[in-house]
Amino acid sequence: MTGLYILILSPLVGFLINGLLGKKLPKAVSGALSSVAILVPFFIALNFFLGFNSGTQVKIDQDVYQWISIGEFNIGFGLLLDQLSSLWLIIITGIGFLIHLYSVSYMHDDEAFSKFFAYLNLFVFFMLVLVLGNNLLITFIGWEGVGLCSYLLIGFWYKNGAYNDAANKAFIMNRIGDLGFLIGIFMIMFYFKTLHFGALKEALGSVHVSHGLIIAITMCLFIGVTGKSAQLPLYTWLPDAMAGPTPVSALIHAATMVTAGIYLISRTDFLFLQAPETMTVIAVIGAATALFAATIGVLQNDIKKVLAYSTVSQLGLMFLALGVGAFSTGVFHVLTHAFFKACLFLGAGSVIHALHGEQDIRNMGGLQKNMPITFLTFLISSIAIAGVPPFSGFFSKDEILAAVFEHNKVLWAVASLASLLTAFYMFRLVFLTFYGNFRGTEDQKHHLHESPWQITVPLTVLALFAAIAGVMGLPEIVSHHHWLKSFLSPVLTPNPHAGHAIGNSEEWMLIGIATTLALGAISYAFVKYISKKELPAAEGTLTGFSNLVYQKYKIDELYSFIIVQPLQRLSVTAYSLFDKVIVDGGVEGVAIAVMSIGKRVRTIQTGNIGYYLLMMVLGIASILAYVFLK
Amino acid sequence: MSLLLNILQVVPMQYYLMVSAALFSIGVLGVLFRRNAITIFMCVEIMLNSINLLLVAFSTYHNDSNGQVFVFFVMAVAAAEVAVGLAILVTIFRNIRSVDIDDLKALKN
Repeated sequence: MTGLYILILSPLVGFLINGLLGKKLPKAVSGALSSVAILVPFFIALNFFLGFNSGTQVKIDQDVYQWISIGEFNIGFGLLLDQLSSLWLIIITGIGFLIHLYSVSYMHDDEAFSKFFAYLNLFVFFMLVLVLGNNLLITFIGWEGVGLCSYLLIGFWYKNGAYNDAANKAFIMNRIGDLGFLIGIFMIMFYFKTLHFGALKEALGSVHVSHGLIIAITMCLFIGVTGKSAQLPLYTWLPDAMAGPTPVSALIHAATMVTAGIYLISRTDFLFLQAPETMTVIAVIGAATALFAATIGVLQNDIKKVLAYSTVSQLGLMFLALGVGAFSTGVFHVLTHAFFKACLFLGAGSVIHALHGEQDIRNMGGLQKNMPITFLTFLISSIAIAGVPPFSGFFSKDEILAAVFEHNKVLWAVASLASLLTAFYMFRLVFLTFYGNFRGTEDQKHHLHESPWQITVPLTVLALFAAIAGVMGLPEIVSHHHWLKSFLSPVLTPNPHAGHAIGNSEEWMLIGIATTLALGAISYAFVKYISKKELPAAEGTLTGFSNLVYQKYKIDELYSFIIVQPLQRLSVTAYSLFDKVIVDGGVEGVAIAVMSIGKRVRTIQTGNIGYYLLMMVLGIASILAYVFLK
Repeated sequence: MSLLLNILQVVPMQYYLMVSAALFSIGVLGVLFRRNAITIFMCVEIMLNSINLLLVAFSTYHNDSNGQVFVFFVMAVAAAEVAVGLAILVTIFRNIRSVDIDDLKALKN
């Protein structure tokens, strides 16, 4: 338990020191301090993880103190450490530490250096709260906290108005989802009288509630998840969130925060399994998001935007896995995705850093000569995300595809198409960035350089894991022991609706199809961008459907048209009619009436005593007259 | 005492009422229409004394001494009031060289 306290409080201490004393600390101290504040929890988390793996560590589920107590209803501030949260702990602290190390170099010239690290540490703290909470309310605190840090870090370069807008967008989009989450929590509180995960699981068996209610609760939770994990229809904030510094994109908007939705659903899987309808919705939305975002990614020219849409698409695949009841598979993809996507983002950051802020891939090219380590790690991660065996992405994606295949062939086709597009746009990115001739300015060419060790070491470590992390879940045809599945089996509820495991021949066929598609897409990208040396079309030359895709299906414009603009018109009308006419008219009307009455009445006050006396006598006389004559 | 009562009761009640009402009206009209503050003061005294007269008359006719006790109170208060009032008037006169109430308009503006 002490270890758990140190683990969760260490980033908070880092945040407080950096936040309060940051300006006085030298940059080296500030960066080292916050990195150590994540490294210490990492070793503790690793210890827990290894303990769970060898079976020596027992599950911790303990209230630190009684927090809210209303009559019979109690909510403790409690922590829950089990196999599922230990996996997330490893990701958060491990990748978190690498990204802190990376940021020391990446943010070195930034004037708000210590503020950046303070925010990063705060983010890690809230993320730990999220995954360690033993009831939904604590999870919600973490959920809101990471949202706040996401907002702060997207708008980190706050002097740029567009970045602030992006931060606001992320915050408001998440708010919509959070409302759903909150309503879900209230419903659970009202009907089950508990928010504690374990107690809720028991209550689900004993309290009799209608099936519709379970669907409503799970749908509300899923609405919360679509906001945080950038699924249709609330995904539009994530591509815009790339306004933040690149390490932020890697840590928050690729590896950790956006996977909080998968964590939440896996944590409350017992609830979701009671609502197959919700599961279907999750699967369909996941598949739709995967394909939709992948198509947008194909035509984007901003290196970070491509990765952002890729993240949305991969998150869609994870939800597809959850939707068909393959919870451990979803978690598996979270893990592998965290490695290769963090590596890709950091690699992109390294490229952007070398090019002094250039993000358009049309102005890159030929960087492999100057940045060999960045190139190699980026390539490995791209192969991993494209799903080429034996890299990690292949195994997790194959597992998803296999799980979906036995569930629904249409969804499988959609997911396969999304994977195909993924392979294509990732290698489009690789070829345009690292091959061919450099297309930037002479000045940039002159300054091309490989990044320092703080950047290349995290890249190398992440690329290594991106390559080998697949061993966590080897498919049945290769190995009889699926490590991740058995590791998570004490936590996750077995899916009662699961169909028969698909046979060996079918499995081989699926692997064959997936690999062929991936390799085919890569070859096509090779032909298109290396043999034919094609370049993405210049601004404004695209027409028809491809232009629509390039414009991101004009979803932002659509939202603006159907939600933002009517709302603004409503506000303007309400302001001019209700506020100006009714409220102001009422308030000012009273004031005007009082003033004009006063103006007339004040003439009575002549200051003449005789007059006053006369009035007094007349008054008394009339009162007497009234009393006697009535 | 009984002799005094008898003497007082020689005059019928309605005469007392009439005199008292007359005195009170004179006082009221004086207060309303005179401009000299000292005259107004005296008119107020007339009004008080008209009431005193009424109180004494009623107390005699009702054989109830409470009315006469009350008269003493009224006289004491009137004396105190006169003392304060005259002092104020003296001060006003010293300041504006007049006790005409039309000149006393400091309440306005």
